[in-house]
Amino acid sequence: MTVLHIANLGKTYGTTTALAGINLDVAMGSRTVIVGPSGSGKTTLLRLIAGFETPDEGKIELNGELIADPEVGVPAHRRNIGLVMQEGALFPHLSVLDNICFGIRSEADASARALALMDLTELDRSMAQRQPHQLSGGQQQRVALARALARQPRLMLLDEPFSALDAGLREQMRDATAQILAQAGVATVLVTHDRDEAMGFADQLVILRDGRLVQAGSPKALYRRPIDATTAAFLGAAIILPADFSGRVAECALGALPLPEDDTAEGTGTVLIRPEQVTIGPAPNSTEWKVASVLDRGNKSTVTIERLYRGQMATISFDHVSAQVLEAGQAVQVSVTGTVHPLRG
Amino acid sequence: MHQALPSKGRAGVPMRLYRHRRRGASPFVLAAAIAVAALSLLPVGFVLVVLFQSGWDTASALLFRPRIGELLINTMLLEVLAVPLSIALALALAWLTERSDLKWRALWRWLAVAPLAIPAFVQAYAWDSAIPVLRGLWPAVLVSVLAYFPLVYLPVIAQLRRLDPAMEDVAATLGTRPLAVFLRVVLPQLRLAISGGALLIALHLLSEYGLYVLIRYDTLTVAIVSQFQAVYDGPAANLMGIVLVFLAVIFLAAEAWLRGERRYARVGGGAARQVALVKLGIWWPLFMALPLLVTVLAIGLPVVTLLRWLLIGGIESWHLPQLVSATWQTAGYALAGAVTVCIMALPIAWLAARAPGPVQKTLENIHFQVGALPGVIVALALVAVTVRVALPLYQTIATLLLAYVLLYLPRAIVSVRASLAQVPIELERAATALGRPPLVAVVGVTLRLAFPGIAAGMALVAMGITTELTATLMLSPIGTETLATQFWARTGEFDHVGAAPFALAMVVLSLPLCIILHSQATGARSS
Repeated sequence: MTVLHIANLGKTYGTTTALAGINLDVAMGSRTVIVGPSGSGKTTLLRLIAGFETPDEGKIELNGELIADPEVGVPAHRRNIGLVMQEGALFPHLSVLDNICFGIRSEADASARALALMDLTELDRSMAQRQPHQLSGGQQQRVALARALARQPRLMLLDEPFSALDAGLREQMRDATAQILAQAGVATVLVTHDRDEAMGFADQLVILRDGRLVQAGSPKALYRRPIDATTAAFLGAAIILPADFSGRVAECALGALPLPEDDTAEGTGTVLIRPEQVTIGPAPNSTEWKVASVLDRGNKSTVTIERLYRGQMATISFDHVSAQVLEAGQAVQVSVTGTVHPLRG
Repeated sequence: MHQALPSKGRAGVPMRLYRHRRRGASPFVLAAAIAVAALSLLPVGFVLVVLFQSGWDTASALLFRPRIGELLINTMLLEVLAVPLSIALALALAWLTERSDLKWRALWRWLAVAPLAIPAFVQAYAWDSAIPVLRGLWPAVLVSVLAYFPLVYLPVIAQLRRLDPAMEDVAATLGTRPLAVFLRVVLPQLRLAISGGALLIALHLLSEYGLYVLIRYDTLTVAIVSQFQAVYDGPAANLMGIVLVFLAVIFLAAEAWLRGERRYARVGGGAARQVALVKLGIWWPLFMALPLLVTVLAIGLPVVTLLRWLLIGGIESWHLPQLVSATWQTAGYALAGAVTVCIMALPIAWLAARAPGPVQKTLENIHFQVGALPGVIVALALVAVTVRVALPLYQTIATLLLAYVLLYLPRAIVSVRASLAQVPIELERAATALGRPPLVAVVGVTLRLAFPGIAAGMALVAMGITTELTATLMLSPIGTETLATQFWARTGEFDHVGAAPFALAMVVLSLPLCIILHSQATGARSS
């Protein structure tokens, strides 16, 4: 079932188009991540859903009810959509407990519920009377999450909630948050510019660029089959080569590579190969590929190989993890495992 | 290859070694700061000496009189009414100009700061001469609020602009209505700004003299000055001064208590963005009535009255030679005072910005607390000291300048410290690494970059001096004719027409004050 339904949503500021033609559905209990570089419109989209901006086009529905279109809208404080901001935005004048209780209407069991939420978010109950500035970044985020969950929101919005945290803590908080939200059974929309955060958190990944929805799908599907080269490179290390397509075969510098069963292409274009598909080994007799340079970086090395292909020098650079030591000038054999993906544009 | 550049540290010439200096504040700067702090303790010392010398019997005979009780009640009634009303008015205007979609917000913001250009006693002169029946408590409250509410408005809008809008957004997603968001989330975080501004107003009301003379409302300060004018350096005025100091100390303590220990700083950093404005809808004319009314009362009435007296008098009433000479003399005092005050503020401001620590904190507190004493106390203290200890200095410009230093030091410290703190110490170090000796680096880099801020501080002090009445009346050498004293002499003779040009000159000279304070309060967003 769909919790959030966004149809043809658009927003302009003066002459700048912040968002245009956004269509998006968020399923019950699922985690959607909207990812894009800064200025892509992801924060505008979030603020439209939360009710801090009004759309110029299209509509937003929550559980089948209209909450915003260009003419009418439900005010933010009546939407019951939870929001966790980048730095928690805890009220500095209230204790942890009072922060969590802030949105609870019934006074009677407010404290009990807040304490239960502290347990859920793995906050020690002894912290209840602390002030926000006495907490670490991760603890602040947990309080912000508990505060938003206290109202049993119909949808949870997370605005770059982990980017202010240290690298190690970030991953840990990401997993903990996913688990807490799953336990609470709340559908979630997270916006971020961070690829790892997006890939690690999402059931549904939405790529936003220049105010337009570029592609949406599971992280795995998007990683394997990105719509264009920019998206491919954004989602992970990519080897992109010119290729001739005929049916389910891509002919490129790495040889004739198979396309997946439901993917076909014709003519010339580019093909995506992920570095982990590439196997490389010394082959003294090979006349095709030669190692141009090796940058040893400890556990992995950045290898650049080259070959003459159709009268031109083809060069590929990628990170290579292997105990095998390669040296510049060495002749190598290169093979590709699995299917490859044709790119548009 | 590059041609070798001429180098001073040539090979073969040994570099001289110097003994290491202890890290931290330079002893000269520290000594200078201590000297200034000691100087600013002068009025407190005076109060203690008076208490000690007059003895219990004299003191109780002079203080425990119905008249003193009456003055105390008058003063406290004024404080209890005018301060909360000023806070309420300032908050309402701040909310309208910062958080609602009221039309012409920028204009209303300027108009809410503009009353600062009209000295309180000029405001009172306008009201008194326009509606002469205004007498007693309520008119005094009205004029006090109109003259002083910007002192709360300014810090409140500055703080509103610093608040993280994320907090208000989150409160809305937690089901809180816009008005409740303001009361539950925004207001508690304005506590520092409100209590600081309220303290300023309370202290101003305590030390205001001219306003209440014109409205015929007897406060402690009014009584002290008239007592002083009857008997110079008499025990009665001095002892009443102690009551005034006592009240000032209570206000300072109350403010410290209200301000509390808690931190209200924004948790975390990050880019603040524009906050969503509350839509007033079809009721906007109703909301606009408030700033309109305030503008009419606080600016419209005094300006119209002033212009009316100027028109009635015509050009011959301008007393041009006197006006010109008074303006020159005022400008001279203001400039000399501003430069002196800012130079004396430099050591402690330097310590606060570059070598903060417990000693510096104590010194800074001394500077600030003493600056909170009413001008009349400073004047009484300096009269007593010059008469008893340094008679040649009695009624000299030096004494008057010293009074200005004691009165305006806190203002100068705030500006100078902020502008010094904005110059990164790295620039000074870079200059040193490029071969500048430390002192040259400080003067050429740090002071050079901090100068605009220091100049703004000087301007604030100069404008304060321009409209200072009480201490100037009590301390100025015979024959002194500043704008304020000339204005005051004429209002004393009910010469409304003759006073008007001097009032106008003071208003015009105070206009830059509004511009500086407005940009300081609103500039918080761009940083």
